[in-house]
Amino acid sequence: MEPTTLIAQPPVKDKKGKRRKITVAVTGLNAIDSPGPGVAVIRALRESTEYEVRIIGLSYETLEPGIYMHEIVDKTYQIPFPSAGIDNIFERLEYISSVEKIDVLFPNFDAELYNFIKMADKLKKELGIHTFLPTMEQFEARHKSNLNEYGKKNGLSVPYSKMIFSTAEIPSLTKEFTYPMVVKGKFYEAAIAYNPDQVASHFNKISAKWGLPIIIQQFVHGAEVNVCAIGDGKGNTIGAVPMRKQYITDKGKAWAGIALDDERLLEETKKLFAATKWRGGLELEYIKTSDDEYYLLEINPRFPAWVYLTVGCGQNQPEAAVKLALGEAVQPMTNYDVGKMFIRYSWDMIVNLDEFEKISTLGEL
Amino acid sequence: MKIKKNIAISDSGFIFNPSTGDSFSVNPIGLEIIKLLKDEKSSDEIKKHILKTYAIDESTIEKDYYDFLKMLEANKLSAEHDKVN
Repeated sequence: MEPTTLIAQPPVKDKKGKRRKITVAVTGLNAIDSPGPGVAVIRALRESTEYEVRIIGLSYETLEPGIYMHEIVDKTYQIPFPSAGIDNIFERLEYISSVEKIDVLFPNFDAELYNFIKMADKLKKELGIHTFLPTMEQFEARHKSNLNEYGKKNGLSVPYSKMIFSTAEIPSLTKEFTYPMVVKGKFYEAAIAYNPDQVASHFNKISAKWGLPIIIQQFVHGAEVNVCAIGDGKGNTIGAVPMRKQYITDKGKAWAGIALDDERLLEETKKLFAATKWRGGLELEYIKTSDDEYYLLEINPRFPAWVYLTVGCGQNQPEAAVKLALGEAVQPMTNYDVGKMFIRYSWDMIVNLDEFEKISTLGEL
Repeated sequence: MKIKKNIAISDSGFIFNPSTGDSFSVNPIGLEIIKLLKDEKSSDEIKKHILKTYAIDESTIEKDYYDFLKMLEANKLSAEHDKVN
């Protein structure tokens, strides 16, 4: 891969060779059983060799564990849910940036990206906050509901899928699909259905939570392999680490995984970045069949919760995202340690009531 | 049969396939056979070596050896899988 040079920038370290101090605001502090990537992203940034980061946590709910992890997050501010609209969120960020000078905003949820992409220019112009996000076009094109089209356009194998809007459409699904099939929510959740009753049950459950449409996807047997990667927005792959899930929770999340030596996955990733000029971090979810065929199941438009494995493997991808956000030169990272594993664990923190009180009443901690 | 080049084999009998992320444990004789396969010894050479080293008859080694190769193949440890990875 050819090294990418963006624009000439002064070195990140100051004259004494010390790490430069920056403030990064991070969402996704919900380090729960279906974790947001925030805590993993922060751990990566804290291990940056170039930046000494002050971390501002942005939370949606009062019980997000990251709020209370003071060695991880320096200060947390509650922000309005994405459904509150751009104006409300911007107003809150305006207040936060009047207290904290935020250099980079690092969103980590699919559902909030739409708002942050929309307000990215305004954030930079009015508040001096940098982001490194996909364009609205890239974000919309990779939606689960558009994945078929996306695959065709970019030469990627994607299991056949279609959107449905009502349970009345279920009986006719067998014209296009065979059982089992996967029933997926617009943003989150997926379940395997072996008969029409199960499709209807998953349809109702998932649509009640995430709304319509529901996506029906042909089930493909095989091992789940994922790639955590970052593109520079010009078609170059800045970093990519393939991983196989070794232990999967009942929510389908990886509780343990191992970095793979998989040339084909890396090629697929490079092909996708070259074709789409993807800007920012992402996670590619594939199924590898026993015949070694690869099917792209999903493109998550942000780093996954297991992004810290990339740091363990020698590629600090979140640090690269911050550098790109600040317009600094980043060299592609082509090497990584194969066979490095992550194993997640849960941990009970003891929290004083006054901390819970502060975040609940003042929206800050 | 040849063993895939990138397979990691430790002296403890722990085998790691970096293409799939799968890992296996083999007993000392299994480890010996895998190492011989990796050194590109032929099946005849390997069987002769086992016969000479261990108290085992020819028909048992014949059966067990090919069972073991089948297992290696089924677990994608043989070089035939290099073509696709």
